[in-house]
Formats: sequence, structure tokens, C-alpha cells
Amino acid sequence: MTPEEQNFMRKIEAEEKIEPKDWMPAQYRKNLIRQISQHAHSEVIGMQPEGNYITRAPSLRRKAVLISKVQDEAGHGLYLYSAAETLGISRSEMIEQLQSGKAKYSSIFNYPVLTWADVAAIGWLVDGAAIVNQVSLQRTSYGPYSRGMIRICKEESFHQRQGYKAMLSLAKGSPEQKAMAQDALNRFYWPALMMFGPHDSDSAHSQKSMEWKIKRETNDDLRQKFVDQTVKQIEVLGLEHPDQAIKWNEERGHYDSSDLNWDEFWSVINGNGHCNRQRVEHHIAAHDEGEWVRDAITAYNEKKRAKKAQHAA
Amino acid sequence: MSVITEKLELFEVFIRSKRGLDHKHVGSLHAEDQEQALEYARDCYTRRSEGVSIWVVKSSDICASQEDDADSFYDPNDDKPYRHATYYVLPDPVNNM
Repeated sequence: MTPEEQNFMRKIEAEEKIEPKDWMPAQYRKNLIRQISQHAHSEVIGMQPEGNYITRAPSLRRKAVLISKVQDEAGHGLYLYSAAETLGISRSEMIEQLQSGKAKYSSIFNYPVLTWADVAAIGWLVDGAAIVNQVSLQRTSYGPYSRGMIRICKEESFHQRQGYKAMLSLAKGSPEQKAMAQDALNRFYWPALMMFGPHDSDSAHSQKSMEWKIKRETNDDLRQKFVDQTVKQIEVLGLEHPDQAIKWNEERGHYDSSDLNWDEFWSVINGNGHCNRQRVEHHIAAHDEGEWVRDAITAYNEKKRAKKAQHAA
Repeated sequence: MSVITEKLELFEVFIRSKRGLDHKHVGSLHAEDQEQALEYARDCYTRRSEGVSIWVVKSSDICASQEDDADSFYDPNDDKPYRHATYYVLPDPVNNM
């Protein structure tokens, strides 16, 4: 090991954070850029399914709540893009990678959102799963990422709670509403579990990322946490658990559960989910259609600058 | 690809959460000038009344010491143990001074 590597590993082992200007292995930088930008893209793409429901949310309060949530996701995207930029990649490179398909985003957003109950289930399960992952990432070794996670976790808790509350209203409502809630749970439960990624043994980036403390807990451990915490939540809703095999294991101190449909997982990751093409196309269209806004900002700023210069003269 | 962040300056954002506390770095953003940065910072970092005061500073205006050079940088101060209260061992009855 070179002295730089030794110094880097010493910091990692001592739980010191790595900061942007510190020396770091090229692969550490690369893994971080991949993970943080993927995380940022997920926040941004995640606005699409929920944004679609703002006009259809069933009451003024629920519309206001949903607008706030979508606004938060945009903010989270910005925190994360900024954190990735400290590693030397530009915003346009990242967006280019998203639009070309080179960079991934959470595959959960490639599942269609069919009813209002799905929006509730997303807040509860999808944000819930994201929180389990993000709480763990608050202790990540890269300073800007860790600080972004701490801020995001503070805001995210409202997302999950409002989703559960909306789910509760449906589950305690009319038989039709309850059926809608059950249907949403049945469809979103499994993809939510897939959000934690492949089994540890199949995870290409996990080992090095654990060693460097980019990731603090393995995919399978985080998934187990989520499985465990969700059982009681489903019970309180009075809904049926989608996994027939769910069973408390006294010895492990955890719930045993069915394995996931990994063929589906890989197929969605590789671009063949219901909404992959639609999500990226929409991002490209929104970006292109927003061109005039960016032009207007630039024009306005140039005008303002000219005015200032005139005053100064 | 046209992305507006390339045309804009990078600003660091600092927020004072309560009167009497210090401003704390919370993140960064791109903006045309200080006024715009302040408005963006308000929209992005204080959606839940996180602050009573915001500072924005052009990132390029920050001159930072290198942590890896910390040893030689702070060296001159390390040979003055008499600056620390613990250096002065006093008799027990009065040591809790």
C-alpha cells in the first residue's frame, strides 16, 4: 500500500469521514459516483408517478401533501447531485447517463401506478424501504453523502407516515376501498423488497463498498429489517400479508419469508419493466420542453448583468 | 446537452437555525448571483423553518486549508502545552478550580 492508501484506510477504519479534497482510490470515487448519482436519479424519476396523481388526489389536503412530497423529492435530488458533483462529475454528465440508460435508478419506479391506493402504498412501502436504506447510509464514509443522508432522513419520515395514514383510511373504509388497499399492497410489497438489491452473493459492488464503508449494512440485512418492521404495520391495517410464508423464527429473531422473483428483478433492472421506456422518455421530454425556461433565465441574467455594468460605469 | 448549472456559479450555503447559534454549512447550489442564491437556498434548504438566517458564499471564494497537511500546518501550536488548563496541576483541595 502506498502512504496515501494507508492514510485513506486509516481514516476509514477510525470511522473518520472522507472529504472531497482528500486522496481516495479511483475505484472508491467511481463506486460513490455510481451509487450517489443512481440515488439522485431515483429521487428525480420518483417524482413522475406521484406528480401524475397531484390533480387526482382525493382532497385538497391530500393534493397539498402530495405537492410537498414531490417538492421534497426534487430537493433530495439536488442534495445528492451536489454531493456527487464534489467527486468531479458534472450535472450534465449525470443527466446524460440517466437519459442514455447508462446510469440506473431504483427499479421500483418502473412499476405502473394504477390507483390512488398505489400512491398510498408507495409512500408507506417505497419510502419506508428507502428510509431503512438511508438511515444506514447516514454512517457512510463519504462526508457530503453522509450529511445529505442525514438531512434527507429528517424529511423522509413524513413521506412514509402520510402514505401509511392514507392507506389506513382506505383499509378502514368501504369494502371497495379496502380491496383497493389490499390490491396495492399485493402489487407493491414485492417490488419494495427488491429495492434493496440482489442477494449479497450476487451483488457486484457490495464487497468493496462494504470494505470502504460506503455501504454499512448488506442488502440482505437491510431487506430483513424491512420485512420485520412491515409485518406489524400490515396487521394494524387489517390487511392480508402478501407473503403466505411469512413466519416468526424464534431462533433467528427475525421473520422467515419467501424468496423473491429474481427473474423479474433482473428483467426490470435491464430495462424491461412496464414503465422503463416511459420514465426515461418523459424525463427527456420534460428536459427538452424546459429549454425555453433555461434560456429565459440565462437571458434575464445577462440583462441584469448588463444593467449592473451600466450602473457601475 | 444544455444544462443550466454549467452557466451558473456554485455557492455554499450556511444556515443559522436559531438566534445565538452559529451558521452551519448545509450544502451547495448553483445560481447566477448572490441574491438568486439566497432565494434558491430558502426554497431548497429551509422548507421546514430550519433557519432564521442564511449565508451564501461563492465556493470559489473559499480558501481552505488542506487536512492532509494538518500536521505541518498546526505544528507551531503543538509545543505549547502550557496553554491548556490541564497543564497546571494544583493541590487537591483547590484543583476543582
